[in-house]
Amino acid sequence: MKEPQQLINRYKWYEIVGIYCGIFVFLSFVLSPFVEGFLVSLKPLSQLFSSPYRFIPENGSFAAYRTMWESVPGFGRYIFNSFFISSIVTIVVLLMVVPAAYAFARFEFKGRGMLLGAFLAVNMFSGAVLLIPLFRLMRTLGVLNTYFAMIVPGVAFLIPSAIWLLRTYIMRIPRELDEAAYVDGASHFYTLRRVILPIAMPGITVVAITTFIGSYAQQFIFALTFNAKSEYMPLPVGLYAYFGRQEVIWNELMAASFVGITPAMIVIFFLQRYLVSGLTAGAVKQ
Amino acid sequence: MHARRSAVIFAWLLLAPALLYVLTIVAYPLVDTFILSFTDASLKKVTNWVGWDNYDKIFNATFAEVITRTFVWTFFSVSIKMIIGTFGASMLNAAVPGRALFRVLTMPPWIVPMAIGIFMWGWMYNGQFGMISGLLQRAGVVDGPVAFLAQGSTAFWATVITDVWIGVPMVTLYMLAAMQSIPQDLYEAAWTDGAGRFYRFRRITLPLLVPAMITMSMLSLISTFNSFDIIWILTQGGPNGETTTMIIDTYRTAIGSKKYGEGAARAVMICIFLSIFCLCYFRVTSRLSAGEK
Repeated sequence: MKEPQQLINRYKWYEIVGIYCGIFVFLSFVLSPFVEGFLVSLKPLSQLFSSPYRFIPENGSFAAYRTMWESVPGFGRYIFNSFFISSIVTIVVLLMVVPAAYAFARFEFKGRGMLLGAFLAVNMFSGAVLLIPLFRLMRTLGVLNTYFAMIVPGVAFLIPSAIWLLRTYIMRIPRELDEAAYVDGASHFYTLRRVILPIAMPGITVVAITTFIGSYAQQFIFALTFNAKSEYMPLPVGLYAYFGRQEVIWNELMAASFVGITPAMIVIFFLQRYLVSGLTAGAVKQ
Repeated sequence: MHARRSAVIFAWLLLAPALLYVLTIVAYPLVDTFILSFTDASLKKVTNWVGWDNYDKIFNATFAEVITRTFVWTFFSVSIKMIIGTFGASMLNAAVPGRALFRVLTMPPWIVPMAIGIFMWGWMYNGQFGMISGLLQRAGVVDGPVAFLAQGSTAFWATVITDVWIGVPMVTLYMLAAMQSIPQDLYEAAWTDGAGRFYRFRRITLPLLVPAMITMSMLSLISTFNSFDIIWILTQGGPNGETTTMIIDTYRTAIGSKKYGEGAARAVMICIFLSIFCLCYFRVTSRLSAGEK
């Protein structure tokens, strides 16, 4: 006899058809902007601005992917800026989060639960609510119109989830390991560096990836408000300047968008398993 | 005893960098917002204490309209997200070939820079040449081109749909994870008793998903209430302010018109609503977990 598991999951033909139809409808909604955006990037401009609407490009070409480098002069710079800002943000977040997550996971002290709750409450306030004082703060620090204007606030809003994620990971490491080290006379710091860090490396990697992606995906409001210099703009704000014009060169804008999201797409394909577990961990089994 | 005290000191040392950082960049500005909301701060050098003036100023018919609109916008966006996300999760949860790939294909709207996804929607909503208007005309639903972002009513729904699109991957993957953490033997027991697939979904899956649904609705309620990028890029709150939510309103007042004091008062109102949401959330979850015991 077969396992019940297999029997339960055996579908009748019409159920399978139904499921695939459902998945098709669902994914159409999720992916249609990308499909349409990609097709637009292939169409010559004359065809874009013509009626009636055509979904499939006629004599489409990758010309826009060449010409965009001239139409959007700062494009390479924007991508570099996006990467640069996200990398620095990720490093700073990790430097602060690794010790904090270790403290939350392993030490008992008064007010620990409340403090963790306070950290998580940061997620409640988006940057938009705090924009005015942050603007004044950035001005006082003299970092308006520099990379720091985007890095400094970006870090703060990525710390809470990173702490939560890494704390969950460290709590799964058996306590006997650090107790053994402690009995052998190792200091707390030595235990963190030589016992916890190596074992927690996969967890730290997941946190690094999610932080990088989060920072790459959300560069908009701070960059829009705290930086006016085109040479420091990250990709979304750089392209936004072109989006707002009267005559939008749509095919080139879409081509530029696709080049800009490629890194994120590559990350998804190679690391999706870590991402899913990382992003949903802790949340489900709270 | 001595060892324990040194451990506590060490723990605080470990926490100090993150704690100080968040205090400076989040807590201090939060307090500053409250203080600023009682002043007439602007680009001028001199700032005066004005008491409740800012609050008096913002409590007018337009502001009430903005609050209502924010709630309606948030309500529809979160509900549609939850429905589509739960639907998607139950489809992806089915053991059919290719589901690993389908799961990956769900993620792009969440992972790519938000602004870029919104640019693509901006094109799709384009009245003259965009896909949605074009397809509707071909299908004969509408006679002429529809400029979705140029009319209040359609612009409102256009921004809702884009917000749903951005939120759906997270809801889907979260609900999928919740579905997969339901013990398999429940299904086996029901199956042995002859329960059909739909019956099992309705009587096992859905009830056990309720806590996850509440958590997710709450998380997306907060992020949707705070949503800025989508509306700002697509309509900047227009036409005629018909897509102006509280966040957009605050941004326009504070950054657009440089009325920091008045903007801060609006931001304080947002904080009050957010705190109410959080309180409700804690009450509901604590009642739920008490019910389990």
